[in-house]
Parts: sequence; C-alpha cells; structure tokens
Amino acid sequence: MKWLGEWARRLRMLLQRRQFDADLEEEMRLHLELRQQEQIESGVPADEARAAARRRFGNTTYLKEESHIAWGWEWLENLAQDVRYGLRTLRKSPGFACVVILTMALGIGATTAIFSVVDATLLRPLPFPEPERLVILQDDLPGLGARDVGMSPAEWEDLRRSGIFEYVSPTWFDENNLTGTEKPARVRITIGAPNYFALLGVKPQLGRAFNPEDHSPGILPEVLISDGLWKRAFGGDPHVLNKRVRMDTDLYRIVGVMPPGFDTPGRMGEERNVEIWAATSFYGSPLPDHPLRNPRILPTAIARLKPGLTLAAAQSRVDALVAAVQKEFPQDYPLESGWRVQLLPLKERVVGNFRQSLLLLLGAVGLVLLIGCVNVANLLLARASARGREMALRQALGAGRKRLIFQLLTESLLLSLAGGITGLTILFGAKPFLLRLIPDSFPRLNEFSINWGVLLFALGCSVMAGTVFGLAPALQAERVDLVHALKEAVRGSTGSRQQACTRRLLVAAEVALSLVLMIAAGLLLRSFWDLLNVRLGFRPENVVAVRTRLPAPNYPENDLYRTTAMEAPFLREILRRARELPGVEEAAIGDPAAMPLDESLRNLKQISEGQFFFTLEGCAARNDQPAVAERSSVTAEYFHLLGLTLLRGRVFNKEDNENTSEVAVVNDAFARTFWPEQNALGKRFKSKRAESLWVTVVGVIANARTESLAEAGVPKIYLNLYQSRERRLTVFLRGHLEPATVAEQVREQIQAVDPALPVAGAQTLNETVSASLAERRFSMEIVSLFALTALLLAGLGIYGVISYMVNERTHEIGIRLALGAKTGNILEMVLRQGLKLAIAGAATGLVGALIVSRLMGGLLYGVKPTDPVTFAGVAALLLVVALLACYLPARRALRVDPIIALRCE
Amino acid sequence: MHGYEIANSILRISQDVLQVEEGSLYPALQRMLIKGWVTAEWGTTAENRRARYYRLTAAGRKQLEVEVKQFERVIGAITRVIEAM
Repeated sequence: MKWLGEWARRLRMLLQRRQFDADLEEEMRLHLELRQQEQIESGVPADEARAAARRRFGNTTYLKEESHIAWGWEWLENLAQDVRYGLRTLRKSPGFACVVILTMALGIGATTAIFSVVDATLLRPLPFPEPERLVILQDDLPGLGARDVGMSPAEWEDLRRSGIFEYVSPTWFDENNLTGTEKPARVRITIGAPNYFALLGVKPQLGRAFNPEDHSPGILPEVLISDGLWKRAFGGDPHVLNKRVRMDTDLYRIVGVMPPGFDTPGRMGEERNVEIWAATSFYGSPLPDHPLRNPRILPTAIARLKPGLTLAAAQSRVDALVAAVQKEFPQDYPLESGWRVQLLPLKERVVGNFRQSLLLLLGAVGLVLLIGCVNVANLLLARASARGREMALRQALGAGRKRLIFQLLTESLLLSLAGGITGLTILFGAKPFLLRLIPDSFPRLNEFSINWGVLLFALGCSVMAGTVFGLAPALQAERVDLVHALKEAVRGSTGSRQQACTRRLLVAAEVALSLVLMIAAGLLLRSFWDLLNVRLGFRPENVVAVRTRLPAPNYPENDLYRTTAMEAPFLREILRRARELPGVEEAAIGDPAAMPLDESLRNLKQISEGQFFFTLEGCAARNDQPAVAERSSVTAEYFHLLGLTLLRGRVFNKEDNENTSEVAVVNDAFARTFWPEQNALGKRFKSKRAESLWVTVVGVIANARTESLAEAGVPKIYLNLYQSRERRLTVFLRGHLEPATVAEQVREQIQAVDPALPVAGAQTLNETVSASLAERRFSMEIVSLFALTALLLAGLGIYGVISYMVNERTHEIGIRLALGAKTGNILEMVLRQGLKLAIAGAATGLVGALIVSRLMGGLLYGVKPTDPVTFAGVAALLLVVALLACYLPARRALRVDPIIALRCE
Repeated sequence: MHGYEIANSILRISQDVLQVEEGSLYPALQRMLIKGWVTAEWGTTAENRRARYYRLTAAGRKQLEVEVKQFERVIGAITRVIEAM
C-alpha cells in the first residue's frame, strides 16, 4: 500500500509540475532573501550579503534540477521533449515526412491486412470451447493407395465405445429440398450423431439441441436451423419452435435455432454455410437395421477427446483399437489394405490446405515491409548527413550521445507510428473491397475481423519498423567526429565515407529482397499462365449448366423416383423439353461430378456418397491395385456436348437404358491403369457396394482435364445416368444462351414436370473453369502486386542513392568537364556506380530466390522452382529498372555547367 | 518550519558545527515528500511572507526512530572501538 501513496504523490507532482517548479523557486528565493537580510542585520553591506547568502546556499539551478529529478519523471519529460522536437522538424520538411509515412502506411497496412487473414484462419482457435480437444478422424487405406475413404457405422460404434473420446460424430453432408416454407428451396444440411452439438460445445440461441444420449433408430424427426434460415424463411419468428418443415417430403420438427455466426467446421467450402442440422445414430430405416462394417457410408467423423488425453496418446489408443478390430474381422479388413485411422486436429482440417498459400503471402508482404524499411532508412541516412551539423553542434553543446540516439529513434518511431495509423485507416476504409478479392473457398471467411490482436500486430510492426529504419542513422550519428563534422558543415559538403557505404549496402539489400519477391511472383505467374493455356480436352465454351435435385425421402414408399425405371421417364422428359428451348443446340444430363472442374460439386458427391471403390472382374483376389476412381453418371449426349473425344468402342446409345445391363465409358487413363496393355472394351467391373451389378466397359475416351487443370490423367469412369438412380442432376445446354434467361426457362420446364423440384441458378462452364483457378489467381495477383511494389521501391532506392552521389560530386564532375572529360565518360562513371549496386544485390537475391522457390514448390505448376527463364528474365527486368534509375540522375550530372559547379563551392 | 528555519535550527542546535550547503536541503526534502515522511503546506511567516512549512508525518516519525536507532548503533559501535584503543 505504501508504494501506492508514493506513486499518487509522484503523479500529482507530474500533473502540477509547473506549479511545483514555481513553488520551489519561491521557496528558495525566500530562503536566500532571509539569509541576506540576516547578514545585513549583522552589518554586512547589501552586495556582500547577497553574495554570501548565495555562497551558503549553493548552485540554485543545479539544486532546482536535482529536486525536480528526485520525483523520477525525467525520462517522460525527455520523451515529450523529443516528440515535440521531432514533430517540429518533421513539419519543417513535409515532403520527406509524407514519403516516409506513405511508404510505411503501405508496408504496415498490407502486412496487417495479410496478418488479419492469417490470424482469422491459421492462428485463432476454432470458435468452440476447448478447441484443442476437437479432432477429425480420417480413414486411409494406404495399401490401396486410397486416402480419406470414410468409415462404416460399425466402426463408429467401435470408436464410440472405445473410451478414447468424449463424443464421436460422423458427419454427413447433403443438400435437400426444403418445403413447408414459402418457396421450395435447396438447403445445405449436415447430418450428425445426436451428440453433434454437445461434441462441439455449442448451444442454440433458441430451443434446444439434440439429446446427446439419444440412440434411437432411423433419422430423428427433429432439426435445428441456422440463424440465417430462421430470419429468411421464418422472419425471425420467436414461435418457430415446434413448427414443421418438410425436407424431401419427410416431416421434421424445428427444435432449435443456432446462434448467428455458427457454422459447421467443414473441411471444404461446400460443407460450410449449412442451414439445417439433422441427427441419426446411423442405423434403422432408411439405413440398414444393423450397423454394417462395409460399405464405408460415412464420409467423415469429428470427435472430442476425453479431457486430459493428448492427441498422440489418443492416436496410439486408436491404433491399438484398429489392430484389434482388424484381427476380429479379417474378411472386412484385408491386411494388405493397411487400414489406418488418423486423428488430425479439427482446425488443421479446416484450414490446412491454405497454410502454404497464406505463409507465402505473409512472407511476401513481410519482404515488402522490410524493403520499405530499408528505403526509409536510406532516406533518413541522407537526411542525417544533411543534419550532421545540427547533431555535431548539439553534441558540442553537451548533449549526451544517448540522448541524441533516443531523439533520432523517437523521430523514426513517430514516422512509423504515423505510417501505421495511416495504413490502418486505409485498411479500415478498403476492407469491404479487400474482402471481395478473397476467393469464396477460403475457410473461416466469416471470422475475419480487425481485432485487438491485429491492432497489436500493427503496433508491433510499426515499432519494429521504426526501430529498424531508425537504428542505422542513429548509430551513425553516434559515431560523428565532432571536429570533422563541424568543419565539413561549414564547407557545405556533407556525408562521410562510412555513411555512403552504409547507404550503398542498404540499397543492395533492397535490390536483393525485391529480386526474391519478383522471382516468386514470376514463378507463380508462369504457373498460372501454363494452367490457363493447358489443353483442356473438352470445350467449355457456350455451355450452361443448371442444377436440380430429386427428393430422397426416408420412407421409400413416398419416393416417386425410387427405381431407375421410375426416374428414367423424368430424365427423358426433361431432356426433350430442354432441347426445345430457344437457342439450345444440344442438351445432356449428368450428376454433380459431371460438371468439369467444379471441385465443390465433385466433393459434394464424394462427401455425400463416399469414394467409388470397385472390383475388376477376374482380379477380385488382387488387392494391390488402387481400385478407387472418379466417377460420374451422364446421359449419352454428354460426350458430344462437352466435345470429349472417343478413342475406341462407342459412347452410350438408346439401347443402354434402365432395362438393359449396365455399361460404362472410361477414359484412357483408367484403361491404362487397370488394364495395361489390354483392350479395355468388354471388360467388367463392379462397385464394392452391396448388391451392385457388373458394369461392362463399352467405350474409351481421351483424357480430358475435367477433374483438375493441373493433372492430366486422372482415371475416370462414366456410368449411364439411366442406370444409376442419381438424385442430384445437372442439365447441360450448349448454344448461344443467356445464363439468367435459360435458368428461368429450365426452371419452368422442370417444375412443369414436377412442381416440387428446386432449380438452382445457371453456371457457364467458362465461369467454372476460371473459378477453379480462383485460389491460384488470388495468391498470384497479391504476390505480383507486392513484387511490383518492391520493384518500385528498389528503383526509388537506387535513384535516391545515385542522385545523392551525383549531387555530392557536382563539384568534381564540374572540374572533370572543365578539364575536358567527355560526357560519355561521366555517364559511364555514374551508371557503373549504380549497376555495381544492382548486380551485387541481384546476385545475393538470386541465391535467396533459389531457397524461397524451393519452399514454394507445392504452389507451382509446370515450371521448375529453378526455372532459368524466370530467373534470368526477372533479373534482367530488375537491371533495366536499375539502369533507368541511374540514368535519370546521370543525365542531370551531364547538364552540370562547369562554371556553376565550380562556383557553388 | 519552512526551509530557512530548518537550516537555521540545524545550525543553532548543533551550535554551528553542522554547516552544510543549505540548498541541498531542498532535494532532500523532495525525497522525504515522495516517501511521505513529511508534508508541505503553504503558510505565512511572522513577517507576513508566503512560505512553505514542512511537518513530520506519523510515518516520518516512525522512520526517524528507525534512523536514530540505526545511528545510535553505529555511534555506539564507533565509541566502543575508540574506547578500546
């Protein structure tokens, strides 16, 4: 408590320090006067009395300062003084201050922007209680070359009872037709175990969650809805609880509304933005009555570890469990498949794919900030040499070196803080625009915010930057040789040899850093260019796709499309009507996976139905082949519509229908992988799912990049849509069509056949192709932008140093010209100075770039990390800019009039 | 007492033995103010001039006792050493 009172007194003194000084002065004056009076009274003459009193009292000024300092506020007063002085000097050179502040604003603003993205995705924990206990379970079959194959309900039971987890919930993603609200709509739905919300630790804002202990069969007749759906479809009605909604003709009761901002922690964009959550224990109609070991119908599962259990410990217990289960059911788990269940932090799964891109961006923007700092340091050094005289004078007058360094640092910190604030202001203003640049597939988009952490980061950045670029001039100032500096200042020439050397070093470093960044950007640009110009193998032009979905009720008797025979007439009718639409030249129907390059749709199929495992006829015993492939179901017209090339055999025809035996078309990669050096035609395979039939290959088509732009030969199977009972449908139309109009026309036609079906907006294939590049485009654009900034800054740096050098040597150049030097010689001299810098920097930069480009190998396509063309091209570009930056001051040097140059002495 | 009186009384009581630089009284007073051993208040002198009067606080008195004890210990020790010679 004592120190509290002490600090209160100190603080009061600080606040009233004017009064304090006045009081002290008055007190001392009284003392002196009284003493003087005493002397006079004892007969001393007035003058002598005053002197005697002073002598006895001591050095008044010193004692006053001592008394003042005793209160311990010296540092603060010095700081205030430095700040005031700094502000005053900066106000005197507004141009300089502006350039520095803008450079810093750019650097800090951009760094903060990227950091806020990194913060929201990589750094911040998932918005659930004790997020470190949340894991995702990934089943791999390394023996079959298959990853992430999903689990079976029986395996879920095993894990649930294992005691390793507090809760385990498979999650099943689906899209559903929601009716019972005003308009039939397609909604995204997550089906989990009843413990789903207990597992995540989230409570609804209204109503209740599922009972986590509920283990009744079938799908629970209860759903929770998202805040968005509640507001949109129910107008935020507080009495929404117990209302009934119909999904795929099944009735559900709304038991809860989730809070705004809650979303399923999905691993892909299409698993997010979920609006309805339903629950089941994964057995009982419409699922099998007893949990089966095969097939793996549950695409993925999340879990919460028991408290106190580490991830590693849990993993080893899961490994043991897997080994035991494998031993117990050798039929279901052939050892050679190498079944393994991997536990991954849930967050890793949500954001893991983006780590490399984000770190690249953070690195790039950090480089820009660093280059900006170097630039500013250079400017400050130039200024410091112009202020050499001021510094020398202050030192000569007794200013401590520490004080001077602090003062210079205060000035640079002022600049960087001003830059930081400006940068943040711009960032706040530009936030909506910047957010639009980010591709939709980015995880945790809704969590982006400029929070305290980000602000603290910006502050840290500013302080670091200010220290970095302020340190060089401050340390230089410390080494000033007083006599020399004062003399030099009088002569009018400035800058020591050492200072010039530091400046050249800084510029070389700047060039090196810029080169690293530019090469990174160059490599990304080339990858992107190569991807844009890749031979697709199909024709995306003039194709529009419109999506619909047939309901899948829980009670088969309600299902109007429960067999292929029931679905086929619908498909034929839609095709017939679509073909008759104005402007339509061709029409075809496929499932979501038939949509080329739309990863979200392919994933949708995979996460709702799992991967396609199959057995080849005659090879049933062989399990060493990765028997998993991409597959989609299409109608016969699809191949021609998309411009896929038939290599052998035939595509589907009218004879392949719901009543004939199943046929398939495979691509060349599939044929080569599974029947190497054999004729694939007539070969048969069948799905590993129960009760599936043999499918005969009737045709082989050329490989096309329908699955991924970057990969050429992905094995793919096309099944016949009439034979595959697909519920999610995509209608493809070729012709000169307006997407919006055609969407409406298709809607009318589909709803004329079945009014309950929802129809989703149209998408052109060109859009899809371009969207599949969105993430690459994003990182490429941003890194290129940073690289350009870096190039500009490096150019400015070289320009600054060279023009400074030219200014400094005006006198010398004048003499040389007067003595008959040719302009060519002078030009060469200046350019050589600049080029030396640029080449030294570029050489260092090339080494750095080699290291960096290797780290970003995963982000490249088509180019090697050491691509000589990129390296040489970028280095050449940089040298050209450097030459230009030297040429401008050099030309000025040539225009020097010898007489004026000599006179300016 | 105000500063001048303090200086004078030190002189008087010590019978002119303790003659310090009078001004150094003031930084010392500041340190005691910070510690809360004395308080200061403006008042008027007998001659009707404004002066700052310092008063010992309870904490100050306690500190004084501590210091005096400490001092006596040292003095006692020194005395004993001298006597032993």
